[in-house]
Amino acid sequence: MTNQKLKPEKKKRYISVKETGMKILFLICALASIVAVIVICLFLFAKGFPAIGEIGIFKFIFGTTWKPSAEIFGIFPMIVGSIYVTAGAIIIGVPLALLCAAFLAKFCPPKLYRILKPAINLMAGIPSIVYGFFGLVFIVPLMQTITGGSGKGIITASILLGIMILPTVIGVAESAIRAVPDSYYEGSLALGATHERSVFAVIFPAAKSGIFAGVILGVGRAIGETMAVIMVAGNQEILPESILSGVRTMTANIVIEMAYSEVGSLHQNALIATGVVLFVFILLINISFSLLKRREKS
Amino acid sequence: MTNTVSEEKKDRTKSLTRKLYKNHVGSKIIRVLVWGAAVISAAILIFLIGYIIIKGVPNLRLSLFEWEYNSENVTMLPAILNTLEMTVLTLLIAVPVGIFSAVYMVEYAKRGSKIVKIVRLTSETLQGIPSIVYGLFGYILFVLTCGWRYSMIAGVCTLAIMVLPLIMRTTEEALLAIPDSYREGSFGLGAGKLRTVFKIVLPSAVPGIFAGIILAIGRIVGETAALIYTSGSGTNFTGNITDSSRTLAVHLYCLYNEGLYMEESYATAFVLLVMVVGINALSSFIAKKITKK
Repeated sequence: MTNQKLKPEKKKRYISVKETGMKILFLICALASIVAVIVICLFLFAKGFPAIGEIGIFKFIFGTTWKPSAEIFGIFPMIVGSIYVTAGAIIIGVPLALLCAAFLAKFCPPKLYRILKPAINLMAGIPSIVYGFFGLVFIVPLMQTITGGSGKGIITASILLGIMILPTVIGVAESAIRAVPDSYYEGSLALGATHERSVFAVIFPAAKSGIFAGVILGVGRAIGETMAVIMVAGNQEILPESILSGVRTMTANIVIEMAYSEVGSLHQNALIATGVVLFVFILLINISFSLLKRREKS
Repeated sequence: MTNTVSEEKKDRTKSLTRKLYKNHVGSKIIRVLVWGAAVISAAILIFLIGYIIIKGVPNLRLSLFEWEYNSENVTMLPAILNTLEMTVLTLLIAVPVGIFSAVYMVEYAKRGSKIVKIVRLTSETLQGIPSIVYGLFGYILFVLTCGWRYSMIAGVCTLAIMVLPLIMRTTEEALLAIPDSYREGSFGLGAGKLRTVFKIVLPSAVPGIFAGIILAIGRIVGETAALIYTSGSGTNFTGNITDSSRTLAVHLYCLYNEGLYMEESYATAFVLLVMVVGINALSSFIAKKITKK
């Protein structure tokens, strides 16, 4: 209690110094996330862009051969791989997720909701490496017996990712459905529509931008997913021929090859450049997500 | 008398509804689909957890919790201890920064200020960045540029940036939920802004902040891609922040990569799952307590 011994004026000054000092500290902390984004962009781009320049942007993005030993770096197969796997996840995961969201918001008895909602949250909390391991020891052998192939490939990765994006899409879509005013639903019922028809023909269209935002968030999750995909996608760095053939995604490419790329070599910088391309994809997805969310609000 | 009337009414509504559904086969199909989707999702989760438990528990052996790691006994004890150390250190950085920045956003910044908008945008961006990109960034900045090599501290710094937006957002929500009358009362009694924040606002927001921290712990424990190339895969627990050390999730990836230790992988996956489920249960328990208030 040193400040009690000080004279009143000094005490006042001491307090105001403390107040402004802490205010500045709070401000600095608030700026931390801005600094983080800038630093992440700077370091990734500083390493990635020179590599892309050296390889040639067209050759890098549209080159179909990836052969680090021969210094050929074309990531087109990986971009295609990421897109295929993500599209597959959307096809499998989104219909299930939207029906689930409708169930949680409009069909579910309250007692069941108290169990189901935490369960969905738990699904979001399970680490991707555990999903990957489950895919490896269960879905891959299952696909082997069904298709007779290796079991690893686009379809397996799509199924696993489709499961993994469920909680994300369900969460956003459910809150979008709940945000629609009850009067819409009641009006529809009064016109003689069934409960189901009211939900899917009246509430869904009203909530569509929020639902779409959820789907886009799911796309972001799927395209950025790494550990689970590595374990079930097969990781061949060639253009896939069918939905059964193995693919390597951009994320998998980074993790697999960083382990043996030499520090500072063009190979390593090309991998970082792969990360840059992925980052650009994610930024585009993020921007469209926040645009949609803003539209939902207005 | 009234009872029978209401009962009659009920019957009539029932028969009307039935008639309605007779004319709308589509609605019936959709109802089945919606229930089916919910059942499938729940079944997937139950099956996944059940499968890991059934395969994991028989493979749990006491030797898997021994101190010394070698190729004959890939014990997971060092990895568990590393995970704990990683979690504690990451929270030491991320929690104060996250809480302070939320305090600035809610208590200090003027409404609609530019800084708040930009901070919100950047923290949303940070949340969307995949963990492998964090891993790359951490590798470039901490491992290469700072010259820390693969080390616990490089992993800690990377993860701290990763969970920062999560703690920020949950703290912000908790602070916003506190009624202004609390603050006015404190000001009215002559307390300054700082004292109001630390003695009145933050203590009332503790449960919300705590729930956010637990979510962050869940992410740290489950994280793999951001750590492989920052904290590396050192197999021992040294407690030294400059040593390369693997967390439990990275340990599972390494076992998969070596491809020799299937039984141990099952056991590791089980332990990892138990940790995450426990953390999640704790967080929803706390969330429930908050809403009850």
